[in-house]
Amino acid sequence: MSQGPAPQDPDLLRRLLRARDRMDAASHEEWPVGRLAQVSGVSEAHFARSFKQAFGIPPHRYLLTRRIERAMALLRETDLSITDIAFDTGWASLGTFGRTFRDITGETPSAVRLRGKAAAHDLGRVPVCIANAARRPDLITAVSEKRRRAADGTNEPEQQQESS
Amino acid sequence: MKQGIDVVGLYVRDQDEALAFYVEKVGFRVHTDVKNGDYRWLTVQHPDQPSFQLGLFAPAPPVLDAATAQAVRALVAKGAMPPLVLKVDDCRAAWERMRALGVEFTQEPVERFGTVDAGFRDPSGNGWKMIQARG
Repeated sequence: MSQGPAPQDPDLLRRLLRARDRMDAASHEEWPVGRLAQVSGVSEAHFARSFKQAFGIPPHRYLLTRRIERAMALLRETDLSITDIAFDTGWASLGTFGRTFRDITGETPSAVRLRGKAAAHDLGRVPVCIANAARRPDLITAVSEKRRRAADGTNEPEQQQESS
Repeated sequence: MKQGIDVVGLYVRDQDEALAFYVEKVGFRVHTDVKNGDYRWLTVQHPDQPSFQLGLFAPAPPVLDAATAQAVRALVAKGAMPPLVLKVDDCRAAWERMRALGVEFTQEPVERFGTVDAGFRDPSGNGWKMIQARG
């Protein structure tokens, strides 16, 4: 990007934050751009670009990282099966969950489960929601995974809006 | 207590709005509200915590230049300011009371690790965790 975009209006940013909060609160649900745009009170065309400018990541990618974050917490802190965790965190298939999980974290869900149980109490004095955010999957990895997918020709829908 | 932390400040987009929110919805009290020209020193406090004040400050001239103030307002609105934690006796009761008053909750009460926690934001975008005191 050769010229920086204009600064965003704080009132718009506050409404974009509301959409991000809604994804945080219910990341297992489906969040098509239309639904998010409605929460923020902006047009669909405006939403994806504004969100990415504000938070550095497209909304769909943000949602995936939140789902993986939540899956990681469930792997560490519960005895739910990996299949149950996949469906509880919003994935339609175990295969997609496992593949996305590996692409984003570099590990398999079962490896995280084994390692996480041992270290589960290290962050015991940090409020749990904040501790989970601190262990959120690295967004740089997610972006590179996205590039790989683009190279494979498996673009996700918001790709077109980003490049427009 | 003669020594200790006396005031910690938040940046808010509008001090009148923040005052109404923290007093009428969260249940804090005004401690100090004084104006000097365009500058307003505004602090509130928890009724059970008289030795601590929470400042509600506007990121604005003359304290900040206009460009810095704009940048800070954007950061607050994006929820980028540090986490705040409110300890309550009964998280669900506080959630019900505050929700009825129109507080924007980001997380409903969840029971985990022997306590209950919820999350809310002030109108500016500052995020609070509300955690039930253990035992």
